[in-house]
Amino acid sequence: MMPIGYYLFLSMALFLIGAIGVITRRNVIVVLMSIELILNAVNINLVAFSRIFGDVAGQVFALFIIADAAAEAVVGLGIIIAFFRNRETVLEDEMDLLKW
Amino acid sequence: MHFSFLDPILNYFNGDGLVILPQMELLLFALGILIFDFLLEKREKYLNAALALIGVAASALGLYRQFVNYQHVRASQVGPPVLIGFHNSVIVDGFFLVFAMIFLAATALVILLSIRYLNIEKEQEGEYYALLLFSCIGMMFMASGIDLIVLFLGLETMALSFYAMVGFLRREKRSNEAAMKYLLLGAFSTGILAYGFSLLYGVSSSTNIAEIGNILGHRFEYASTHGITDWLVILAFVTVAAGMFFKVAAVPFHQWAPDVYEGAPTPISAYVSVASTTASFAMLLRLMINVFGDSQTTWVYIISGVAIASLTWGNLAALTQTNMKRLLAYSSISHVGYVLLGLVAWNETGLVGIMYYLIAYAFMTIGAFAVVIVMRQRGLIGDELDDLDGLYQRSPAAALLLLIFMLSLAGIPPTAGFMAKYFIFQALIESHHPVLAVIAALYIVPALYYYFRVVVHAWMKKPGEAPAPHMSSAEAVALGATLFVTLAAGLYPEPFARLARYAFGP
Repeated sequence: MMPIGYYLFLSMALFLIGAIGVITRRNVIVVLMSIELILNAVNINLVAFSRIFGDVAGQVFALFIIADAAAEAVVGLGIIIAFFRNRETVLEDEMDLLKW
Repeated sequence: MHFSFLDPILNYFNGDGLVILPQMELLLFALGILIFDFLLEKREKYLNAALALIGVAASALGLYRQFVNYQHVRASQVGPPVLIGFHNSVIVDGFFLVFAMIFLAATALVILLSIRYLNIEKEQEGEYYALLLFSCIGMMFMASGIDLIVLFLGLETMALSFYAMVGFLRREKRSNEAAMKYLLLGAFSTGILAYGFSLLYGVSSSTNIAEIGNILGHRFEYASTHGITDWLVILAFVTVAAGMFFKVAAVPFHQWAPDVYEGAPTPISAYVSVASTTASFAMLLRLMINVFGDSQTTWVYIISGVAIASLTWGNLAALTQTNMKRLLAYSSISHVGYVLLGLVAWNETGLVGIMYYLIAYAFMTIGAFAVVIVMRQRGLIGDELDDLDGLYQRSPAAALLLLIFMLSLAGIPPTAGFMAKYFIFQALIESHHPVLAVIAALYIVPALYYYFRVVVHAWMKKPGEAPAPHMSSAEAVALGATLFVTLAAGLYPEPFARLARYAFGP
């Protein structure tokens, strides 16, 4: 079995890529995708630990996070569509009605 | 032998079912509203609110049944009383009962305040009330979960309902924008929190918070006797704390709060400000006490730093606000600072003080938002400070209520806000943090300034052309209830203090 360290570094790299994406990207849809990357980093952690421990709770947690990510995407895209109908943009820079 | 097909169901309601009884009732009514909504004509939609209120009442009855059972268990057992279900993942204890009571009260008040508001916005829909109940279910699980999975799902149930409710005014650009910002920052913080949870699972091979706390305690002892820095646990703490600070809107994770409060429908601003913050504090307290409790001496600096930053930024930024909802957002950030100071004190008075503060905060903040909601008229949004000009001439009752809630938020006796701050200061002095107590007390000065700016607008400015606000009877009931608790908890604090102590009782 591969040592746990590899998985941890992979998930941390994925987490950082996601976090940088959230902070630097201006397109809301890309930001949502970056958030999915963060959640996938979490899933890698959970499944890797679960395999090492031989304990199923981590995998169950990962399944719940997948379901949660899907729900978040649904609500998120719904809000983006409502926003786009009124403003015809999906760029963060143009969200300036409320002081950011 | 007696046997009937009902037995398994009855057994269920004496075991696992009892542990989640209030949540189940809320769920039943929330789904009922979604179906019932189709049967209603456009002008009958307000009946959804009635059904939601019945749901809250039913849930309160379920909560009462849990309370009776919990008292029974407490009286008959040696050792800590337990009412645990679902393989050690959901618990009913004093902590949950008190928090659930606050959630139900806040939900009922927000439903009462929503009816007229949604009529004016022409968005009277069943989904709104269903979402309110769904988020209340999430909050209850945040207070009753003792398993990382349950806590996480409770948080997400609440948060996802809130994203939708904040953006509920679909045609309103400000509402769209607020929902978008809340969603992006909220989902980001949830990701960070989940990463912290995965690390906690990694160091302990368990998702039960008591077991994690045990293992972290051993690791902490080992690390401190051997002089090692336990980076994995530190990373887990930092990510979990960052996620929770975001949810309670503590500085430096507060940027979403003013925007969301301003853009959301006003009843939802009140709901985010009170229920979401309180539920997040319930989860934060559970995690800090049960998971990270042993290493309190190391993380107390982080918490006190965040508390002081919240007090500073919340109070100073509120000074220049011209929008009532934004002002209340910054004011709630500063209140979060005070509550976190109770966690710094880390003694019984501190924890009881937190509970008392959250009860007082819930009612006085909903009261303050209720006055803003009453200001909403056809053709007048009414959330700017200038809209309050001369409120005293237009509606003396609303002006008087506003004065009392502002006094309470500022912490002037004889109101609930004063007693709440008093408990926090007392806890800080008992735990030998006099400097923090003095700093926290000094921040009442700027707070007085900006709260009284609101009062000056209402009492001393000349009224504009705006029509007199018209209070519906539901709003009057909500205002009466918040006024009663705000004054009662200030004049006669004993029952409320007993309630707060019950949460942390044996």
